[in-house]
Amino acid sequence: MRKLNLIIAAASLFAVMASPTLAEDIAITNGRIITMGDAGTIEGGTILIADGVIEAVGMDVTVPDGYRIIDAGGMIVTPGLMNAYTMLGILEIGLESATNDNTINSPSPFARVTSEAVFSAAFDVSYGINPKTMHIPIQRIEGLTRALVAPGTGSSIFAGQASVIDLSGDFDSITATRVAMVVSLGEAGKARAGGARGGLYVTLIRALNEALNYGRRGEGSLAGRERDSILSLFDAEALVPVVEGDMPLIVHVSRAAEILQVLALSHMFGELDLILSGAREGWMVADEIAAAGVSVILDPHANLPSSFEALASTLYNAGRLSAAGVTIAFRSPDGDVAYRTRLVRQGAGNAVAHGMDWDAALAAITINPARMFGIDESYGTLETGKDADVVVWDGDPLELMTNPVFVAIKGVEMVLESRQTRLRDRYMDLDDQESRHQYR
Amino acid sequence: MFKTSKHLTALGMLVGLAALLAAPAISQNADGDEDKEVKEQRPLVMVDKDPFPSTYQPLPSTAVVIINVTILDGLGGRTENGSVLMMDGKIKAVGESVEVPEGITVIDGTGKWVTPGIIDVHSHLGDYASPNTAGNSDGNEATNPNTAEVWAEHSVWPQDPGFERAMAGGVTVLQVLPGSANLFGGRGVTLKNVPSRTMQGMKFPGAPYGLKMACGENPKRVYGGKGRSPSTRMGNVAGYRAAWIKAVEYQNSWDQYYAKYEEGEDPNPPKRDLQLETLVGVLEGEILVHNHCYRADEQAVMIDISKEFGYQITAFHHAIESYKIADILAENDICAAMWADWGAGKMEMYDAIRENIPLVHKAGACAITHSDSATGIQRLNQETAKALAHANNAGIDISKAEAWLWLSYNPAKALGIADETGSLEPGKNADMVLWTGDPFSVYTMAERVFVDGALIYDLNDPDHQPVSDFRLGQAGQGDAR
Repeated sequence: MRKLNLIIAAASLFAVMASPTLAEDIAITNGRIITMGDAGTIEGGTILIADGVIEAVGMDVTVPDGYRIIDAGGMIVTPGLMNAYTMLGILEIGLESATNDNTINSPSPFARVTSEAVFSAAFDVSYGINPKTMHIPIQRIEGLTRALVAPGTGSSIFAGQASVIDLSGDFDSITATRVAMVVSLGEAGKARAGGARGGLYVTLIRALNEALNYGRRGEGSLAGRERDSILSLFDAEALVPVVEGDMPLIVHVSRAAEILQVLALSHMFGELDLILSGAREGWMVADEIAAAGVSVILDPHANLPSSFEALASTLYNAGRLSAAGVTIAFRSPDGDVAYRTRLVRQGAGNAVAHGMDWDAALAAITINPARMFGIDESYGTLETGKDADVVVWDGDPLELMTNPVFVAIKGVEMVLESRQTRLRDRYMDLDDQESRHQYR
Repeated sequence: MFKTSKHLTALGMLVGLAALLAAPAISQNADGDEDKEVKEQRPLVMVDKDPFPSTYQPLPSTAVVIINVTILDGLGGRTENGSVLMMDGKIKAVGESVEVPEGITVIDGTGKWVTPGIIDVHSHLGDYASPNTAGNSDGNEATNPNTAEVWAEHSVWPQDPGFERAMAGGVTVLQVLPGSANLFGGRGVTLKNVPSRTMQGMKFPGAPYGLKMACGENPKRVYGGKGRSPSTRMGNVAGYRAAWIKAVEYQNSWDQYYAKYEEGEDPNPPKRDLQLETLVGVLEGEILVHNHCYRADEQAVMIDISKEFGYQITAFHHAIESYKIADILAENDICAAMWADWGAGKMEMYDAIRENIPLVHKAGACAITHSDSATGIQRLNQETAKALAHANNAGIDISKAEAWLWLSYNPAKALGIADETGSLEPGKNADMVLWTGDPFSVYTMAERVFVDGALIYDLNDPDHQPVSDFRLGQAGQGDAR
């Protein structure tokens, strides 16, 4: 342990001086490797990392000359973690709107194209992502290496389109853009669609139909659009891949009865790739969700009857859904979409405490969100050919007092520092009055 | 009014106020005239300081001993394979072995841990109840920057399901505070976390009131947004000082009233002012200041204001930057109540660090883990575990036993109830949690929670899982967590 820390400390020093994008040849040896892939868990195995990707994983892997060795004896190795719903890079300080790029507020939802160029579904967060945000190092030093970056709900039920990023902080850290469309239903949605679910669903269905028509008629064509079309051309175009099944639709919904309404949308729009988000009362209709093959993003801690659409909220939700066969990914709470997105692993731990299988909980912060957003070819498991997002933990990664001792993103070791650790070090010794803190 | 005991004694009211009033008093007037008769004194006006008295009664309890258990005593001590004996609602004995009376209930605590019940100094349960409907929003009287006259207890809805969720997290005592929109938000109240039909039935008997004050962005945003003062931090400070000046005047007017009365005169009492009564309660040391204040530099300004007007700040809450001035807090005997890892929601939260609580502790100041959240209050042990882990990882050597100070003894001290609860010592209230294992593990849950020796929550027994009126008959009723 001490030896490993020394090795890592030396490596960190190097990394500070070197280019942050320098991928090394690294061998992680002797660890308990939880691959999340077909190989399952490998006790005392080796992972080789070269050119930013995983070169080999297994028991009988020989470490070639020139590889830096990380001895993970007695430790646990997992894929880097992923939070399935954040605003990392587009939300700096919640109450300072100038610092944020997370939400589109259009004065007139569903307006036609006007001089104001009003749109909502067409909003694409990727243009505003700032990889240099303070928040990214804070998350990655606790083992988070990927995140969905999703829009917040503005004045329309359609929030816009999400991206996936890695947490390297590099300028090229966007993994994939336009990976999902977000729509708010439930109380938040109906407040933006006339005040009643009966109006909300009529609106939504109409909008999806317009997108279907728009897709069939061809790009740029106005033919077939009716005088009272509710979607702008921007939004109609953005929704075409949703109704054609090429882009998942993340649906914020909580109430059990309403979840069934959402599942029923698949009867009208057969290609829809639905992902439920929130799903506070999901456990009540777990079998129906599982039968529909719909996956769920949820915050495991959300157990208060905080609204009349979430009266059956419980910490047992994740475990019950998972037991019914529903694929789960975890997110942090609504108010914690940047600074505390690292806490998905605490949520995963609490889900396990409340009945979820440990492996399923780890999948909910690795491979499951990777599959939901179509990046599982490159991320989500420790398997040959995948990006080397690798974390070495000094204990059970779902435990509160476990720390990462090594974090690599795409094969590059991350220095385990953040603006916050710098502040800590600056004020660690208050007895030393010799120099002003600002010089430290 | 505010020197109740002194004036009572001076006037001999306890032995015969009636007699005194019956016979006209003889005294010298200010001009030094001969003794002369002054007019008959009307009864002395005294303000009832406890008009909403606690009606709390402990739930029935039996003598219980937990054996073979790991004990964190809340004072920094740890005992392996120890025993805790509770009788008559009190801790009777704690140690490696205790004398167990015959015939009492024995709980085998093998593999389990016992700690004092968690005390949250910063909650809005009951005031911002679940569900979060407009009708339940009772936490911020955001109509004036000084609402020291409002009392959080008058908003408490005892049927808030959040109370029972907090109970399942091992919380036995909590302070419910008004919100932070105002410079002076009003009085906070300390409650025992027990099921009750009334707020009074939860009130911690004898606990002092708190006064919620707020620094920084919230007051200036709320009132600046309404085009009135304060709209800046300097406006905030002017507002505090103006209020304290009025409070001092008010205090003097009552002191003069009592002095004149004592001299045998029949003065007119000052007109009661609920707002100023609360502030004078602070000046008299009877009401404890709980000051929402994020930034270190603002905390330092608030300390100077307290010195200018002669009151003590009990605790800074949401004290995001206390790590920068922990030495100053220690010198001034001020607690810092903190989150483990909230930050960046506002500009004044931007310098939040993970080691804030441990660094305050390390500097010798009183550190507290608080929630301010109906969700967070359910896992304050986990919040503490995260802070401790980051501290240990940064080379700050603090044990789990020491860290429990942040969860029970220090908050009890900040609430003025540390003589009664907050640690496992003989004679103290048996406010205690038996955990399924190490409470610093994410997999551990509160198995049994005791308040005054009574079992108020049992993880494995639905008969000991309270269901608020609101949840009764609803879909989620069956889930205690």
